[in-house]
Amino acid sequence: MAAKENLDILIVGVGGQGTLLASRVLGRYALERGYDVKLSEVHGMAQRGGSVMTYVRMGSRVASPVIDEGGADLILAFEKLEALRYRHYLKEGGHILYSTQEIMPMPVVTGAAAYPQGIEKELPGTGVDALALALEAGNAKAANSVMLGALCKKLGADRAAFEAALLACIPQKTVEMNKKAFDLGYAAV
Amino acid sequence: MKKLLLGDFAVARGAWEAGVQVASAYPGTPSTEITEELARYDDVYSEWSPNEKVALEVGIGASIRGARAIVSMKHVGLNVACDPLFTASYTGVNGGLVIAVADDPSVFSSQNEQDTRLTAVSAQVPVLEPSDSAEARDFTKYAFDLSERYDTPVILRLTTRVAHSQSLVELGERQPAVLKTYERDIKKYVMMPANARVKHTVVEERMARLAADADGMEINRIEEGSRDLGIICSGGVYQYVKEALPEASVLKLGMVWPLPMGLIRKFAAGVKRCIVAEELAPHIETQVRAAGIAVEGKSVFPRCGEFTARLIRECVLGAAPAQAPADVPARPPVLCAGCPHRGIFYVLTKLKLNVLGDIGCYTLGAVPPLGSMDAVVCMGASIGMAIGFDKADPEAHKHSVAVIGDSTFIHSGITGLVDAVYNKARVTVIILDNRTTGMTGHQNHPATGKTIKNEPTYELDLAEMCRAAGVRSVRTVDPYDLAAAEAAVKAALAEEEVSVVIAKRPCVLLAKKLYTGFRVNDKCKKCKACLKLGCPAIVNGKNGIEIDVSLCTECGLCKGVCKFGAIEGEVK
Ligand SMILES: Cc1ncc(C[n+]2csc(CCOP(=O)(O)OP(=O)(O)O)c2C)c(N)n1
Ligand code: SF4
Ligand code: SF4
Repeated sequence: MAAKENLDILIVGVGGQGTLLASRVLGRYALERGYDVKLSEVHGMAQRGGSVMTYVRMGSRVASPVIDEGGADLILAFEKLEALRYRHYLKEGGHILYSTQEIMPMPVVTGAAAYPQGIEKELPGTGVDALALALEAGNAKAANSVMLGALCKKLGADRAAFEAALLACIPQKTVEMNKKAFDLGYAAV
Repeated sequence: MKKLLLGDFAVARGAWEAGVQVASAYPGTPSTEITEELARYDDVYSEWSPNEKVALEVGIGASIRGARAIVSMKHVGLNVACDPLFTASYTGVNGGLVIAVADDPSVFSSQNEQDTRLTAVSAQVPVLEPSDSAEARDFTKYAFDLSERYDTPVILRLTTRVAHSQSLVELGERQPAVLKTYERDIKKYVMMPANARVKHTVVEERMARLAADADGMEINRIEEGSRDLGIICSGGVYQYVKEALPEASVLKLGMVWPLPMGLIRKFAAGVKRCIVAEELAPHIETQVRAAGIAVEGKSVFPRCGEFTARLIRECVLGAAPAQAPADVPARPPVLCAGCPHRGIFYVLTKLKLNVLGDIGCYTLGAVPPLGSMDAVVCMGASIGMAIGFDKADPEAHKHSVAVIGDSTFIHSGITGLVDAVYNKARVTVIILDNRTTGMTGHQNHPATGKTIKNEPTYELDLAEMCRAAGVRSVRTVDPYDLAAAEAAVKAALAEEEVSVVIAKRPCVLLAKKLYTGFRVNDKCKKCKACLKLGCPAIVNGKNGIEIDVSLCTECGLCKGVCKFGAIEGEVK
């Protein structure tokens, strides 16, 4: 991240998965590194299982808080189908870091649509079994820390600073679990 | 100190720094966080009002008495507050009065895409429009000064992208909050015809003075670039323009009503091609053309939806469109696993009723497989529409209901109920009392018995309220009890007068409990009856029906609809 002028990260997932934590951590990290930074998220329906996306943009000077289609350096996806849904936001040569978790959307549950098969083949990037690693760390809820660990490694970001940003954003009593999850994610990619 | 702040938080910060004393609001995405943040300051009085009209009236009262006040709402909330707004424009202020209004281009969480600037033109009040969090703070402070200097309420217009984006803000100190002296001034504050007639001319003069002064305001500025292309813009669009067209000359408007026409004329004359880039209505474009200045606008840009840097580049330079998105199943939001609204919608769907709906989480009852909703218009409309059904069709009352949330009922449903009783409509009203304002992120309201700061207060009794309106038949049921809910709805429909069913059960997200989750055993016949509930925790997977234990909140509805005893678990 240090070598690059501007870095645009799109975070996608399913409402309730805790995607907002990831953007908060990235924002904090960027701020401490002295970057200009803008985050944008759409609240409202987010809690209720809908598809959600958050933009994180950092660099020497950031104007728009929104990442355009074809503009993301990296997509951090907390669910596989969501990674595919927003794939067209990726820049040429960009990377998708995704959790291999599958969450069925309502049209699939009701039988109106099928969950696409072979998504991995369509995604230029790296899959992480974040759910399994989170359970190993202690709870399914730690999946976002697993993904952040993996992200830190992929970005070549300063590990200590990144981890400190994460720990500053979570409740005190979950520090141990999230640290472990972060390490597992870091080691997974 | 620099801090990364949400646009809404920056408005709150600016108001606090400006010495604001009173903050009132009714929640509405994306404006809610302004008042949630102000509630954290001990030296500001804050409240959730029952609706936007009352919120603005509280602000007007505080202002007349001499305090600085901020009132916040979403764009459609301003419709509700229009009555006081249009006349507060006449009375003017004593302490500064700022109305923060958040528009929602692209309709992320609203029922329409209206443009607040047009309302402000009719109401004759100035509008400031910040483009990021730093400006949200600065412009809020500026708005208070402007309000007092020109004796007018000021609208601070936000959009979803500005309200819900975070960017860096330099924090300042709070200036001392002063309560100005108040003296009775009948000519200024009592708007009866003789005074209002005079005041109208005062308003016109004020707007003319503001328009003349606008050319010199530092919040309106020209950023010189190429003489080939000039863009007039404001708010969030400014940021997209800077990114998309870094070479262009830019006229950035901080005040979008009234407009600095002298500055605009000078800018337009200095560039070969001049385009107004504005989301939604052609407000600036229309005004500028009316002043005889040639500009392009909506011939280049769309009227619907929010802009992006890419869209601006495509529209102005004709750049190649983006790669098409992958064709994948949609993921609409749904009622949460264990949502108390689900039981009622299951019953309404089963009974095949017409449902005059309202606005809140329960609007998601329109999403399949529940899909029970005939119309949703605005907050409180369900009851009025049900009366209309009854009056238009003598059979309608036997198979139609109004469905309204507790917060929405208090916001604007009560008057509809009074009408129903008064005019002998045979309507059935179901109040979904989940003890919170769920949709906007769980704010207290008068029937929760808690203030915005979570302090205990009088708890409005909804059943008593209905009885006081003259409703003789009021039933309260637990929506987790499907049999009782169905019986109550059927009994209410059979009555030839107004009847109310209160479905009472707190929103499942309020409990913050840990659950182990229900399980499906091998008695499951794959009949899919449970899937009709539309619970996101019930998955029809490769191995048949399964329950996602990370989502299940043990409401027991699925166990209730399963005829084979295939779902196991304890409702606690
Ligand atoms: C005039 C107006 N003000 C505010 C809103 C934003 N809004 C949408 S739904 C809602 C409240 C819903 O609360 P409630 O009726 O209790 O239903 P719940 O979401 O809890 O199910 C609000 C404030 C709006 N749509 N219109
Ligand atoms: S937030 Fe509460 S009321 Fe809204 S859908 Fe979820 S459970 Fe239902
Ligand atoms: S008990 Fe059944 S209906 Fe209720 S949340 Fe769990 S899976 Fe959904």
